[in-house]
Amino acid sequence: MLLALQGAVSQGILWGIMVLGVFITYKLLDIADLTVDGSFALGGCVSAVLVVEMGVDPWLALIAGTLAGVVAGAVTGLLHTLFNIPAILAGILTQISLWSINLRIMGKSNVPLLKVTTIFSAISDVTGIPQATVSMIVGILFAVLCVGAMYWFFGTEIGSALRATGNNEDMSRALGINTNTTKMIALMLSNGLVGLSGALITQSQKYADIGMGTGAIIIGLAAIVIGEVLGRLTPGKLRSFWSRLIAAVVGSVVYFLIRAIVLQLGMDANDMKLLSAIIVALALAVPVMWERYQLRRSYSKGGE
Amino acid sequence: MLTLTNVRKTFNPGTVNEKPALLGINFHLDPGEFVTVIGGNGAGKSTLLNMISGVFPLDSGSIVLDGNDVSRLSEHARARYLGRVFQDPMRGTAADMQIDENLALARRRGQSRNLHWGITKAERAEYIEALAALDLGLETRLSDKVGLLSGGQRQALTLLMATLQAPKLLLLDEHTAALDPKTAAKVLELTDEMVNKSQLTTIMVTHNMADAIRMGNRLIMMHEGQIIYDVAGEEKSALKVSDLLGKFEEAAGGEFANDRMLLG
Repeated sequence: MLLALQGAVSQGILWGIMVLGVFITYKLLDIADLTVDGSFALGGCVSAVLVVEMGVDPWLALIAGTLAGVVAGAVTGLLHTLFNIPAILAGILTQISLWSINLRIMGKSNVPLLKVTTIFSAISDVTGIPQATVSMIVGILFAVLCVGAMYWFFGTEIGSALRATGNNEDMSRALGINTNTTKMIALMLSNGLVGLSGALITQSQKYADIGMGTGAIIIGLAAIVIGEVLGRLTPGKLRSFWSRLIAAVVGSVVYFLIRAIVLQLGMDANDMKLLSAIIVALALAVPVMWERYQLRRSYSKGGE
Repeated sequence: MLTLTNVRKTFNPGTVNEKPALLGINFHLDPGEFVTVIGGNGAGKSTLLNMISGVFPLDSGSIVLDGNDVSRLSEHARARYLGRVFQDPMRGTAADMQIDENLALARRRGQSRNLHWGITKAERAEYIEALAALDLGLETRLSDKVGLLSGGQRQALTLLMATLQAPKLLLLDEHTAALDPKTAAKVLELTDEMVNKSQLTTIMVTHNMADAIRMGNRLIMMHEGQIIYDVAGEEKSALKVSDLLGKFEEAAGGEFANDRMLLG
């Protein structure tokens, strides 16, 4: 049980990188980018094929997975900004095409990385730390790096312009911001992080699978809202930007812990998608219900 | 400063919803002029501002701003010349961003944005001073989210944002219409102050004829996509609301100006 929980934590942290990507589009740009399901698998496929079939250094394979994600984001961005296709539909189009592209890249539906060196096995070999622990430590390092980089970027002029675009497009254009450019940047960065996460997960779980990204967007949204609910329950309310980013990663860890526990309790793995959807629906519903409750309570106090 | 030559715009051309909005507008504005624009609903006042700011492409004609033909420039590219305040106080500011962040965005209007920090310490001091001048108590709330402000405060902030970096042309699109009378008066007072301080060339669309007469040094009246009346100087300041109503009546073809014109 404890082992399963440790695995869930490191899985949660590595997926947390993807959640940070989803955070950019969902929370900052205010669109649900469905490219994610495809670009997550793309990052995994690209890094797996590079490591297994081309003998590329696993670190380089991570970078390649990231760049592949960036390209996928760019495709969605172009469909959305150049041709005015609604963001959700643009994401679906890219996601669907990536299914075929990923199959082409791998040549089959599944590539195992059992006999090759991954970044995790390499570090484990050098330090002697078990791979499960290495996964967790490396995950934390990457998460910290990504949170730091995002905190910096979204404080810059371009990053601020990007946040402004998600907040108020009319105002942004009136202030001279090319909102098409900022949307492109956001989608590329977001899917870059998603691709990186896919590549990390692939190397950590030692296989890439055509279906590995299915439902990733739901996991991302679930993790973000879980993180927000947790943030609301903390005394300081976690309003600052970096704490919102950390909350997203923590939300991801909590999501995978819940998942590990219910699987451990004997739930059928195939029911996991249903549970994920219920978690998202609940997590989205709870704040609304809470506000409604607060409102009703303030009415019933009345008289003041 | 601003020259419009034969500017035309028809919405939904070739459909049953075809709506001619501007029928060949010719209009020139000298530097420092402050023109108020009145007219009934559908007269083309807001369309005029939207054409100048590039929200919609021109059907024909040209727009020259400060010596540059901007007819084909996109909305964000024209922003370098323009300060804009909208009717809806929610449209001019980013609700989830802090007051100082909004100001910092506005300060960089028309400049290229790069990876420098989005807001500097020196700027903040500047913003505190500028906010204090609004006299709304915002100078102590620099890191508050703009969404926490009232409509009037947001509109005053938008006005400050539009003028923070003196624009070649300030466009005010019924910017007090959504405010209560007291707040509207305050925002108009601020408008006057800011325009006078930097001698800004300004176009202000309004439904309030008294404001249209009192503010600025020139007045135009629009009707069905055309400018039907254009006065400046003393003739303008001598105008009375009844004169304008008479003009409306004339434009409407002898019938008394209908409710739409009076109340709209």
